[in-house]
Amino acid sequence: MRGRTILLRCVQALAVLLGVSVASFAVAHATGDPVTLLLSPSASDAARTAMRAHLGLDRPVTIQYALFLQHALGGDFGQSFIYRQGVAGLVLARLPATLILAGSAFAIALCVGMPLGVLAARGGMAAAMLELFSLAGLAVPAFWLGLMLVLLVAVELRALPVDGYGGLSHLVLPALTLSLQGTARLSRLVASGMRGALRADYIRTARARGLSEARVVWVHALRNVLVPVVTMAALELGDLISSAVVVEMVFAWPGIGRLAVAALQQRDFPLLQGTVFIAGLGFVIVNLLADLLCARIDPRIGLAR
Amino acid sequence: MTAALLDIERLQVRFGQTVAVADASLRVAKGEAVGIVGESGSGKSATVLAAMRLHPPGASVTASRLSLDGHDVRTLPDRRMASLRGGFAAMIFQDPLTALNPLMAVGRQIAEVVAAHRGLRGGQARAAAILLMERVGIGDAAVRAHHFPHQFSGGMRQRVMIAAALAGDPALLIADEPTTALDVTVQADIVRLIRRLRAERDMGLVWVTHDLALMAGIVDRVVVMYAGRVMETAPVDALYAAPRHPYTVALLASLRRDGVQAEASGAPVPPGGCAFAPRCPARMARCDTAPPMLRAGGTEAACWTLAA
Repeated sequence: MRGRTILLRCVQALAVLLGVSVASFAVAHATGDPVTLLLSPSASDAARTAMRAHLGLDRPVTIQYALFLQHALGGDFGQSFIYRQGVAGLVLARLPATLILAGSAFAIALCVGMPLGVLAARGGMAAAMLELFSLAGLAVPAFWLGLMLVLLVAVELRALPVDGYGGLSHLVLPALTLSLQGTARLSRLVASGMRGALRADYIRTARARGLSEARVVWVHALRNVLVPVVTMAALELGDLISSAVVVEMVFAWPGIGRLAVAALQQRDFPLLQGTVFIAGLGFVIVNLLADLLCARIDPRIGLAR
Repeated sequence: MTAALLDIERLQVRFGQTVAVADASLRVAKGEAVGIVGESGSGKSATVLAAMRLHPPGASVTASRLSLDGHDVRTLPDRRMASLRGGFAAMIFQDPLTALNPLMAVGRQIAEVVAAHRGLRGGQARAAAILLMERVGIGDAAVRAHHFPHQFSGGMRQRVMIAAALAGDPALLIADEPTTALDVTVQADIVRLIRRLRAERDMGLVWVTHDLALMAGIVDRVVVMYAGRVMETAPVDALYAAPRHPYTVALLASLRRDGVQAEASGAPVPPGGCAFAPRCPARMARCDTAPPMLRAGGTEAACWTLAA
């Protein structure tokens, strides 16, 4: 049973990736003709046609897609129009920066959001404060928060660098900005889950057995809200990727988000397809892992054992 | 004189305007087994939960005495209360499926009680848990310890609950409808098991049930509750042979016939009157004021018929 279910999930993941490849290809081609941007406006029609043929854009769209897919399966996403380098290499070079940024934001959301949610579930002042914080966190757009943090912390207080990529000091502001929405969402999910879990019979049992309140709350109740938390955290990653585009622009962070924006502006089809496809691949893999993790947390889910 | 295991006097439990327990008194001596019988809503569960300070957060609890092992449950610091729970007095519940944590292997759930009350750690606590599982009749315990509650049958789950309850070596076991959710044959197994364990350990027992018939072979004394009040308390044999309160009589009659015969057809009582009066075949004028507990031989009953 277990092996078959995992296999099924993998097949599903492949189907999703195929969908992602179609979408990234279609979206790239919907942005317009890259040749108008690659050549000067005064270029002759002959030059344009030659350029189009050189880039392979003169072939039928279906053929272009089939070629793209064929090469992508071998890890080759073609040559970037603007950088005149392999797309795979370009993306891989920028990937660590984005992974560091998204990973830090994700870690902040988990380490802050979960305890906040647990505390808020106990009611009282903490609950009211969290409600306020999480609403504000959800309402504030990342680009605005990023700019405000830059103004206050970097420009006025000169406590941290305005932008760029380097040590920990460069990471703090973008990671905080990127984590805010995730933290807010996660804490609300944990809080509402914990409120339900703390009313459960097994919590009364745990108390009746004389377990410490800390153990009752952090082990018995929290474990029972982990499945939705893991599921949402994995989905949150998709949001993190799209927010990273904005945050990387605001903080001049050299990640794949900025690469994608550049590719979009320049109608760099291969680069755009490559970044979107690799982001989609990451998303699919993380969600696959989340499913497996959920099955380990809750043996009733049917994957494990 | 050693303190009673459980000593409750004039207990009242309210949820907002709703009175769950109006006036309940109850004492369990060392090694004694007491049954609390009543229909649902009679306040029997609320009484034992209040005694363990496990009542829901919104409930208000008042009493002239509420003590476990001589400690006042109302004022005991949380840490001391936690060591009494599971250590001095353990509890098992009606539905072992919801009462066990679904996401924790049963061996761990037992081992953590061992760790909390006996100070054993890691492998020692796990070994003790497996030993406890064997003691309550779970075969292949070393393997079963790794299984989760949903992988057990109802009866086996209740055995797991009992093993966890025994983990702190309690002097008092409080069982809140422990067999109600089980098949009849399994019910008999669990009753036999608890009787055996009690004999082995000289453990006091409070058995809460709506099933008066079940009490016969288990408890020494029965407390009958109705509408949040104790109606009658008597040695189990005396209760069966010569019930004194009309409600107890009706309950016993319902075992032989189908359903409780007394219908709520009579006139309502004014506030402060006997709660059973509207259904009572022996109602008289004095029932408009609540009777105190009156003694007749080994039996005490809250009924004016005993004063006659």
